[in-house]
Amino acid sequence: MKTLRGIAASGGLAIGPAFHFQKAGLCCERTTVQDPTAEWARFQAALATAGEELAQVCALAETQCQPEEAAIFQAHLLILDDPDLLDQVQFRIAEQHLNAAAALNEAAGVYIQTLEAMDNEYLRARAADVRDVTDRVLRILLGVAESPTAGLTTPAVIIASDLTPSDTVLLDKSLVVGFCTAEGGATSHTAILARGWGLPAVVGIGPQVLEIPAGAPVIVDGDEGAVLVEPEAGVIARYRARQARADVALAQAREHAHEPAITRDGHRVEVVANVGNVAGAVAAREAGAEGIGLLRTEFLYLERATLPDEEEQYQAYRAILEVFGTQPVVLRTLDIGGDKDLPYLDLPRELNPFLGLRAIRLGLARPELLKPQLHAALRAGVGHNLKVMFPMVATVAEVRAARALLDECRAELLAQGQPVAEIEVGIMVEIPAAAIMAHRLAAEVDFFSIGTNDLSQYTLAADRTNAQVAALASAFQPAVLHLVRDVITAAHARGRWVGLCGELAGEPLAVPILLGLGLDEFSMNPPAIPRVKQIIRALTLDQAREVAQAALELDSPEAIQALVRERVPAAGVA
Amino acid sequence: MPETTLTIQHKVGLHARPAALFVQTAKQFRSNIRVAHGERAANAKSILGVLTLGAEQGAVIHLCAEGDDAEQALAALTDLIHSNFGGVE
Repeated sequence: MKTLRGIAASGGLAIGPAFHFQKAGLCCERTTVQDPTAEWARFQAALATAGEELAQVCALAETQCQPEEAAIFQAHLLILDDPDLLDQVQFRIAEQHLNAAAALNEAAGVYIQTLEAMDNEYLRARAADVRDVTDRVLRILLGVAESPTAGLTTPAVIIASDLTPSDTVLLDKSLVVGFCTAEGGATSHTAILARGWGLPAVVGIGPQVLEIPAGAPVIVDGDEGAVLVEPEAGVIARYRARQARADVALAQAREHAHEPAITRDGHRVEVVANVGNVAGAVAAREAGAEGIGLLRTEFLYLERATLPDEEEQYQAYRAILEVFGTQPVVLRTLDIGGDKDLPYLDLPRELNPFLGLRAIRLGLARPELLKPQLHAALRAGVGHNLKVMFPMVATVAEVRAARALLDECRAELLAQGQPVAEIEVGIMVEIPAAAIMAHRLAAEVDFFSIGTNDLSQYTLAADRTNAQVAALASAFQPAVLHLVRDVITAAHARGRWVGLCGELAGEPLAVPILLGLGLDEFSMNPPAIPRVKQIIRALTLDQAREVAQAALELDSPEAIQALVRERVPAAGVA
Repeated sequence: MPETTLTIQHKVGLHARPAALFVQTAKQFRSNIRVAHGERAANAKSILGVLTLGAEQGAVIHLCAEGDDAEQALAALTDLIHSNFGGVE
């Protein structure tokens, strides 16, 4: 047995025969042509064909991949249409009478070399994009058929130098169990797509990986970044057992994803999703969400030139509410300003945007921004279970002002004879001031939703986008968990329910603690839902309370995570 | 010839989706638009040119445009950068 090490790019285990993904060599001879005009026309025809192919790959990617992955192919279309690159090709054909394939290969080669020499890892990885686009056009020019997967008929581990996005999207997912590549880093396309597909991948292994004999048994350990070549029977058996345990756990979690999250002693909590648009709502429902705990409304405002009017907002909210019927949907009013600017609002630049005029502060300062949204929400909620919450609340006065505005909107609609929904009103608790004053704020609202991402960075005074201090802003910090406990206690004393919509709610290791603290609603990104429900079902409320109690006695995020790992094996790595 | 100097605030710099949005915006105008960063300069309509500027977060870039819609082009690109690329990740 031989063990190769690389970068753990996508977690999980795979066992299967090695399959070498080899592309037909694009041997591109350099010749001179008699008729440069005809050669340029031939090149343009190839570009057009490549554009059509790419548009198809784009459409495929949009249905199969995450939006960020589909964006890769949009970027490819831009490269295909790059005026500088095309000028370089045209110059070589027209002035040097070079054949189109060589002209393109040389012109693109300059950019590939420049990108490969850059300091930034992201830009170095983009060299592969230019190569991918160039190869696509070369293939068409040279008439090479594309079938690097000919012979892939049974599930296998794909071995390659590096995979381009086009390669990965054209692979038949049912025939791939994992990926090993010689090149690439954690942000390479192979890594991104493997994570999107939920398949293990080890990348950046080095050229030795290409020497694995075709068909040889291979174990890909995407958790440890190891590839075991031709392992002994005992090793295979050990990995198979580990894989089986993980598979069973995940399959069980998925199988029961649509069932409620009830502890072994019968305590039920809501597991809902964070959603940003209609497609997200559909995905959330399919993943087992029992509603939406955080509907971000910024999607309606971004990447456009004017404010969306009331009718447009009404239609958009209605479409999302219909996905969930009468299940709860919590709409967060516009969380913009500060670092999230909208050009058409003409907001002044701020020195300290995270502490500036944002979210509800902006909405109260400029009610003409907030009112159409409240009108639209009140109308859209009719016949559904809509709730509204205000972000970034710090004081009781802000809640009262926001509620007064909502009442004003309701009165205006009623005066027009419009049907208006009865809705619960809540606030995000994400500023320490609000957490500390939760006992007073609870008198003003129907519910709280704790935003642990902002709450952590404000409590620890550490910017989570600054890599040097981001670790300090962990939501597992004792200070954050103590605030979460205080907020829940204060709300329950008043008979209010409490949700949590930060990333913490979807963290397996946080679930026992939050459950034990009495959290009523867990809102998270949809893929996290099956695991979280499964962990809740494995516990009794008393067990969770004991874990939470013990966690609050500890002094560091690491100690707290270690405690949960030890006490609740189901929450540890599957 | 209108020109302006701007700072890239976006955390990924003038790469990835911000770079794509920048190029797509530039392409809406007929004018020739040049973008410079340090010693490098590029055609603002060329994604490869813009990427190889290596303009990261905090980079100061210089824009100039020439043509009948030069003013509008610079205004649109300035808005895009001031809006932090409309909040795209």
